[in-house]
Amino acid sequence: MMKKTTSVIRLLAAVASLAMLGAVTSTLHADTNAPAAAPAAAATPAPTPVPFASASLSNQIAFLEAAHSNSDPTSTGIANESDPGHNAWMMVSAAFVLMMTLPGLALFYGGLVRSKNVLSIIAMCFGITALVSVIWWAVGYSLVFGTSFNTTIPVIGPFIGGNEYFFFKGVDSMPNTNYAFWVSQNVFSIFQLTFAIITPALIFGATAERLKFGALMAFVFGWMFLVYFPLAHMVWGSTGLMNGVWNASAKIPAIDFAGGTVVHMSSGWTALILCLILGKRVGHGKEPMPPHSLVLTFIGTALLWVGWYGFNAGSAVAADVVAANAFTTTTLATAVGAFTWPLVEWIFKGKPSVLGFCSGAVAGLVVITPACGFVDSTGAVIIGVVAGVVPYIFCTIIKNIFKYDDALDTFGVHGVGGTCGALLTGILVNPAVNSNLTADAVAGKNGLKAAIASHSLVVAQAEAAVITIALAVVMTTILAFLVKFTIGLRPSIEAEHQGLDILDHGEEGYNH
Amino acid sequence: MKKIEAIIKPFKLEEVKDALSEIGIEGMTVTEVKGFGRQKGHTEIYRGSEYTVDFLPKIKLEIVLSDNAVEEAIRVISEAARTGKIGDGKIFVLPVENVLRIRTSETGEAAV
Repeated sequence: MMKKTTSVIRLLAAVASLAMLGAVTSTLHADTNAPAAAPAAAATPAPTPVPFASASLSNQIAFLEAAHSNSDPTSTGIANESDPGHNAWMMVSAAFVLMMTLPGLALFYGGLVRSKNVLSIIAMCFGITALVSVIWWAVGYSLVFGTSFNTTIPVIGPFIGGNEYFFFKGVDSMPNTNYAFWVSQNVFSIFQLTFAIITPALIFGATAERLKFGALMAFVFGWMFLVYFPLAHMVWGSTGLMNGVWNASAKIPAIDFAGGTVVHMSSGWTALILCLILGKRVGHGKEPMPPHSLVLTFIGTALLWVGWYGFNAGSAVAADVVAANAFTTTTLATAVGAFTWPLVEWIFKGKPSVLGFCSGAVAGLVVITPACGFVDSTGAVIIGVVAGVVPYIFCTIIKNIFKYDDALDTFGVHGVGGTCGALLTGILVNPAVNSNLTADAVAGKNGLKAAIASHSLVVAQAEAAVITIALAVVMTTILAFLVKFTIGLRPSIEAEHQGLDILDHGEEGYNH
Repeated sequence: MKKIEAIIKPFKLEEVKDALSEIGIEGMTVTEVKGFGRQKGHTEIYRGSEYTVDFLPKIKLEIVLSDNAVEEAIRVISEAARTGKIGDGKIFVLPVENVLRIRTSETGEAAV
């Protein structure tokens, strides 16, 4: 009891000191630097923007046309504002992605564990949602989507964002044109928060039924800073190392539409390392550990699929043609994955299972994630087939050969599926579906356009995959041992037998 | 007095109950139980994990009767519960020392 209290206090102290550090640095920043990051189009000198009402009719029409087609309104000379249509879609998308974690993932994973551990999964999802939201507001959003470090400390600019948005300073209803011309920055930041929530939550499928709640939360806190924030900045930050679509000076012109590397590879590879360091569940391989409710798992899967439209189509950060394409490819890849996985089961195991349908659908969603805004419908169908076969092999054959206890197959589905997706995006990319892939201003400068033309994008994709794996593996190893030797990772054998619900939360999922 | 304990397949319960009420037996206690005899269990597969389920769901039926009613009851149960396949179950007959009806305090045959 004493030990547990100390670890919680330590955690709170860490949050508090971080918050103070953030306040100090952001105040310093405000004193010494220009207030806001320059918009993407600032390279072309423009006159001081005027309000919409005082602009000429032709400029007003051009401004509205720019909103209509999700393009840059700078040349109209009208002051930037958000567009209700794009904002509406992004608010819906953000809510959808939150629904993927609460309750989607909680039910998907919750149904797969034994009934004595169902609440530990729900608490994990809820706890991460709450913790990450606060970190995101304090520093996370700024570290991912800020750009100030690129000016102040250029050497780290490609790897981590900046401090200009600490405590959501300046994150208001006006757009941040580094990322979207027409979406309010506060909506964009909350949309991105929901990604930062679900990513760490995915990890703990692999460690289910045997990781203490306090250890889990401490690990998440460190992992966000050591893995998620740097990686998300590298891939999606406008000064990021591997952001081929938005950073004209990206060293690696890789593309990741909705998070194949940032979300699925990072969580999946972390899951593998963490479950190896953690060890197997007590009785693993000796006593049966069947899912306690595949009905819950089914409901969770269906919520994930629906929520994933916000995840994938929402990643266009606009209600535009790219979103429409992502919406379509997401549907096709998921349906084909949900067809292929149980078909393979039917052939090799004799029966198509409901868990097979669920697994195939989730695998399809995972593999299409990095590709959804960059491939056409044919590419999506191919991706669906791969999603139904390769993760299946890892979950049923490879796992049994190497005997690691990836309890709910986070590595098998997200690690393997995410890696497949990152590479397939480089092979199946079709510039006809997304004009950013060939835009001279960015893709023309960092080599993305040339790589697509010469069919060699897969090289950049492989580089991005290697960096992602290396970051996840190294940081997870350090963090896991740090937590192991301070607050400890596992409960006693007796407590593990009794279940984490009573041990960590003092309640049971089902009283009947 | 005798007690009949019959282990039967769950889907045969309605038929057995109807057959017993046709010969005038209207009281019984039923429990959902699990067990196995010669009937094999089945295999469940959850992705890469395969589990053999040995214990199969059965119904345990308990009836206490006066000695002269036992033979017919056994015949009726075995006919109604029979499918001819392994796993149809078993019927046990045990002696009963005494019975007491709680409401009236009647004992012995009168309380059955």
